[in-house]
Amino acid sequence: MKRMLAGLAAILLLTPVLAAAGAPRPTILIENPGQCIAPVSEMRRNHMDKLQHVRDRTMRQGIRGEKASLNECINCHASKTTGSVIGKGGFCQECHAYTAVKLDCWDCHQPKAGSHKAAGAKP
Amino acid sequence: MSEHKETSPSRRVFLGAAGAGLGALALAPGLQLIEISQASTPAPGASSKVRWGMLIDSTKCAKGCDACVTACNTENAINETVRDPRQGAQWIRKIDLKDLKTGREHSLPMLCQHCAHPPCVDVCPTGASMKRADGIVLVDRHRCIGCRYCMLACPYKARSLVFTPLTEQNPEVPRGKGCVESCTFCVQRVDKGLQPACVDACPEGAMTFGDLNDRNSAISQRLARVNSREVRADLKLDLGVRYEGI
Repeated sequence: MKRMLAGLAAILLLTPVLAAAGAPRPTILIENPGQCIAPVSEMRRNHMDKLQHVRDRTMRQGIRGEKASLNECINCHASKTTGSVIGKGGFCQECHAYTAVKLDCWDCHQPKAGSHKAAGAKP
Repeated sequence: MSEHKETSPSRRVFLGAAGAGLGALALAPGLQLIEISQASTPAPGASSKVRWGMLIDSTKCAKGCDACVTACNTENAINETVRDPRQGAQWIRKIDLKDLKTGREHSLPMLCQHCAHPPCVDVCPTGASMKRADGIVLVDRHRCIGCRYCMLACPYKARSLVFTPLTEQNPEVPRGKGCVESCTFCVQRVDKGLQPACVDACPEGAMTFGDLNDRNSAISQRLARVNSREVRADLKLDLGVRYEGI
């Protein structure tokens, strides 16, 4: 018990040291500042909820054109150099790599803005 | 008593202040909701008054022409290379038929028939396979686990599984490895008031798309005039796609 407590104390004492020596803070490049749908503090905390509720309404009920939209996130936040929100310096990936939260949006969704020219017009 | 008189108003003031604070807290999310609802005017979404359907005239459909398949592949970015051709995604495919007795040959495109009673939805263990209010049968990839039960249940072989990681999707048509998919009637176009890509691309004008519930739509008017059939009508699935000349 005594040893456990000592171990715990050691961990608690070491934590700030480890945190200070940990991964460098992500560099978040906001390409179009001041144009987001909500303040930064709210978006950082709640962007996943905004997207999750919208995705079900869009997918299952066909409600389109809502304020929160993954495609709009990408169109605004895609890097002007790579055109993408993932990869090195990508808006989404920088933070998600830092916080170790796995992103699987891009298994299906297109992370690049304006890359696809959908056809369907008369030949 | 005087002491009581003195504490009472201060307590009331405190409670009043606390109440006002709570009121402000309660108001803030409410205000935000109003703000959000006014800021954007989303489209009303799929309505059960509409039933999207397609009429395909197989007498016009030219053998060897695959304009509909190409248009579908372009629109939905179905362009991945697979190791085995049997793994290729196939939302719409051309079928050539021959009556062995008479020798009559004809051709038709086969796609998801958008059943009113879809077997794929019945068997889906996760609720990923679903029918929208307007009759379009879709796979919700957020819920699909890739078990392929729906592929077995579909009498029309309309569904396929994505076997390879994808990178070149249409932003409006998310698709990826490990999910089952099928024709969506180009739901991203239909929601904008456009027609499916295959209908627009058909050089013979053999495909008609529209609202089966609207008596005045082109498809309803044609259906009332010509002889059309469902494929495997014996299954009583009430299909959204009907064929002429089969």
